[in-house]
Amino acid sequence: MNSAIYKSLVEIVGEDYASDRPEELFTYSKDLGTSEPKWPDYVAAPKSVEELQKIILLANEAKISIVPLGGGLSLAGIALPLHGGILIDMKRMDEIIEVNGKARYALVEAGVSQGKLFAYLKKHHPTLAHSLPDAPPAATIGGNIAIHGQGDLAHPHGFNSDMINGLEVILPTGEICRFGSCSIGSGWFTQHPLPDMAFFLGWGGTTGIITKVSLRLFPCKKIRELDMLVVTDEELVPDIFHEITHVGMTEDLVVFSQAIPPMTDRLHHIINNISGDSEEELEFKRRLIYDDRLSKFIEQGTVGIVATSQDLEKPSVTKTADWRKGGGFEYVGSVFPVAAYPELYRKGVEISTRHEIPYTVTGRVIGANHAIMFSWSYAFNRADPKSVQHANEALHETDDLVLEFGGTIWKPAVYGQQIVMKHMDANTLALMKKLKNMVDPNNIMNPGNWEVA
Amino acid sequence: MTAKIEYKYDDMIHRCFRCGYCKFPADWSDVTNCPSYARFRLESYSSGGRLWLIRAWVNGEIEWSENLAKIVYSCTACKNCEEKCPISFSDNLVNMVIAARSAMVETGLLPSAVKSFLKNVHLHGNPYGLAGKKRSQWMEGTGIEQYQDQEFLYYVGDEGSYDTRAQSAAKALGELLLKAGVSFGVLGNQEISDGNEVETLGEDGLLEELAKKNIKQFKDLGVKKVITLSPHSFNVFKNSYPKFGGEFAIFHYTQILPQLFQSGKLEKPAGLNMKVTYHDPCFLGRWNGEYNAPRTLLKDLDGVELTEMGQNKKSSLCCGGGSGNFYTDLLGGSEDSPARIRVRQAHETGAQVLAVACPNCLTMLEDAVKVEGLEEKLQVKDISEILNGSE
Repeated sequence: MNSAIYKSLVEIVGEDYASDRPEELFTYSKDLGTSEPKWPDYVAAPKSVEELQKIILLANEAKISIVPLGGGLSLAGIALPLHGGILIDMKRMDEIIEVNGKARYALVEAGVSQGKLFAYLKKHHPTLAHSLPDAPPAATIGGNIAIHGQGDLAHPHGFNSDMINGLEVILPTGEICRFGSCSIGSGWFTQHPLPDMAFFLGWGGTTGIITKVSLRLFPCKKIRELDMLVVTDEELVPDIFHEITHVGMTEDLVVFSQAIPPMTDRLHHIINNISGDSEEELEFKRRLIYDDRLSKFIEQGTVGIVATSQDLEKPSVTKTADWRKGGGFEYVGSVFPVAAYPELYRKGVEISTRHEIPYTVTGRVIGANHAIMFSWSYAFNRADPKSVQHANEALHETDDLVLEFGGTIWKPAVYGQQIVMKHMDANTLALMKKLKNMVDPNNIMNPGNWEVA
Repeated sequence: MTAKIEYKYDDMIHRCFRCGYCKFPADWSDVTNCPSYARFRLESYSSGGRLWLIRAWVNGEIEWSENLAKIVYSCTACKNCEEKCPISFSDNLVNMVIAARSAMVETGLLPSAVKSFLKNVHLHGNPYGLAGKKRSQWMEGTGIEQYQDQEFLYYVGDEGSYDTRAQSAAKALGELLLKAGVSFGVLGNQEISDGNEVETLGEDGLLEELAKKNIKQFKDLGVKKVITLSPHSFNVFKNSYPKFGGEFAIFHYTQILPQLFQSGKLEKPAGLNMKVTYHDPCFLGRWNGEYNAPRTLLKDLDGVELTEMGQNKKSSLCCGGGSGNFYTDLLGGSEDSPARIRVRQAHETGAQVLAVACPNCLTMLEDAVKVEGLEEKLQVKDISEILNGSE
C-alpha cells in the first residue's frame, strides 16, 4: 500500500470518498455472483469528470490499475479488481443533465441509476421512457451500456447500447473525448458523424471510462400492460415469436421456464408487453397479435392465454437469489438466433439437474426476432461453499455450451471471455490487442478483462 | 466457515444479495433514501454492504476496527431498507444490525461517542450527561403538575426535557393538554430515559435496567395510560416494555389531540396562513405505521395548506438522528448529511413550515435549516407548536 496514493486520492475526492481501509476494500472485493474476491488497494468515488480525470492521471503516473464500477450488478465479476489498484465507484456522478422531450433523448452522467432515470421520466416526462433493464434499479446507465445491456424495449429497439446518441469518455491516458454530434458542438441528438462509439460499448471498462451518455428515449404510452401466454412444447416458441414480431405491436417479448414454483415446471411462459394511449389502441394491438397472428396456435390448443391486461410490475430479479434461501445467483447470458430456443432450454434443464440446481431459463427477443438474449440462472447458497462450487461449475459448463452451439456469450466473465477469444478470428484478436495497447499503453484499465494473450 | 462471534442471525445474514433496493424510496427517485449511504456514498455504508461486513466480522474474515464500528453504528434504524427489500427476511434487516451492535457491546468495542451515550444514560438517566435534577426545569411556570393519580402520564423524554429547542415542543404539548382540561401529570425529576436508543444501540442489559425501573415507577404510581412527546418513547413503551411486564396504553400525542379538537375541548389556532409539509418520524411511521394522525391534525387546520414531499410516509427520508445519531453525530458534517438533504426536499415543495412530530427530528432539521441558510424561508415546527400557536 502506498500512502502517497491514498493522500492524493483524498486530495482529489475528499476524505469521505477515498479509502484504503479494510472495510471498504473488503466490500469492493466481492461481486454478488460466484467470483472469488479480488481486493483493490484503494477505493475512490469521484463526483465530477475533473476528479475522475485526475485519478486516471494519477494511476498512469503510478502505473496502478483502475477499475470502474457502476451498480456492481453484472454478477460476472467484470468490475472486480483482478490486479488490485484503484476501484472507482462511479455512482456519485449521478446528474441527469438534460432531457430533450422533442428530440427524445436524455443526457446523463454515467453513474445515474436506472431507477433514478425511470422515476425522473415518470415524474417530469411521463410520455417518455428508456429501456429499463431487468436488473435492480441500482444498476447504472453507464455500467449497463458498458456490458451491452438490454431492457424492456429490446424488441423494437435492440440492445441498450444500440440506443446511444453520444458519449463522453475518459481515455486510459486521461484525455476526455466526446463522440456523436456533441463532438462538433451540435448537441447530443445523434451518434453521427463518427460511428466509432462501439470501441467503448461492451468493452467492460477496459478501453476508457464512460462519463456521460446521451440515451435515446421512446414514447411512453398511457397504458402499459402485460399479457402472458403458456406453451407446453418448446419447439413452438420460435414460431410464436416470429408471428408476434411480424406485426411490430409489442414493446417487450420474453420467455421463461423454471422449475420453481412447481406449477411452472417444464412450461414456457411468454410475456408480451403492449402499450397504448387508449383502450382502443390496445384492443387493436391485441387483435393483431392474438386474433390474427396467433389464432392458429390458440385454436389448436397449443398456446394458452393465462393472463391479459395485467399491470406492468417493475422487475425484481433479486428474489431469484433467494430461491434456496441462499442469497446468491449468477447466470450465463448469451445471444443466439431465436430458433435455438428449444435446444438451449433442454440443455439448461440438463445442466441444472446435474448440478442439483432448480433450473431457470429466460429469453428476450432482440429486435424484430433478429436474436434472443438467452440466460441460464444458477441459484446458490452463499453460506455453503459446495453450493457455490456447483453453481460455478454449471456456469463454466454453460459458457462452453454457448460456444459449442454457435452462440456468443453476453457480458462474459473472465472464463467466458477467454473461451470467446479462443474461438475468435486471429486478425480480429490482433486488432483488439493493437487498439487496446494504443489507447492504454500502461495497461491500467480494468486489466485481466478482455486481455488478448 | 465457523462463526467466531456468537451472532443471533448467523443462519440468515448471508441471504442479503446486496442488490441495492434498500437505498431507494418506493418511486426509485434516488439512491439516497438510506441515510448512511446518502451521507457517505460508499457501498460499505449501504444496508447490504453493512450486512456483508457484519457477516465477515462474525465469521472472522475481517477484524473489528473503529471504521467497522462507525459503519455499523451509522445506521439510524430508520427501516427504509425493510420497506424496500424484496426478500422475505426483510423484517429482520434492522434487527441484524442491532444484533451486531449487541455483539460489539459484549466485547466492549464501540465508537467513543456511542460509549459516551450509553455511559451517560447509565449514570445520569439521559444521554447528555446532565443532572437528573435539571430534568424538570423546562416546565417551570407552566402549571404542569407532577403525576399522582391523573388519567394520563405525560412522558416527556430526554430531548424534550433537556434540549433547548425540543423543550419548546414539550411546553407546547403540555399547554395544549392543560387547555383541553386533560387529567395528566409528568414525572419531573423522577423521569429517566425510555431506553429506545439504548435498545437500538445494542445495549440489551441497560435497556432491561431502564425498562424495569420505568415499569416499576409507572406501576407504583398507578399509571395506566401514557402520552409521549417522542415517537422514540412511544415505540419502546409500546413494543419493548411488554417483554418486561410493562403493559400500558401508549399514545403518541398526535393520536390524542384529534379527539380533543373534535370534542371542542381544544380550539383550532386562528390566523394561520402557511404552506406546510410534514416529515414522518421513523419511529412513528415505518416502525409503528402511524402516518395519518399527524396529517389529520394539520389538514384540519384553517389556513394551512398541506403539501407532501416526494419522499413521504413509507418512503420518508430519515432526519439522520435515529438510534442515537442525534448525539453521536456519525452522519453530520456534510451537505450530504440526511438532515440537510431532507430540508432541501422540504424547501423544494415551496412550504414555509416543515412540520415534525418528534423532538429528535425537530432539533436535527432545525440545525440543518441553519446550515443550509434557509432560516428566512423555512421554519421547522413541531405539530404541538403549530397547534398551540407558539412562535
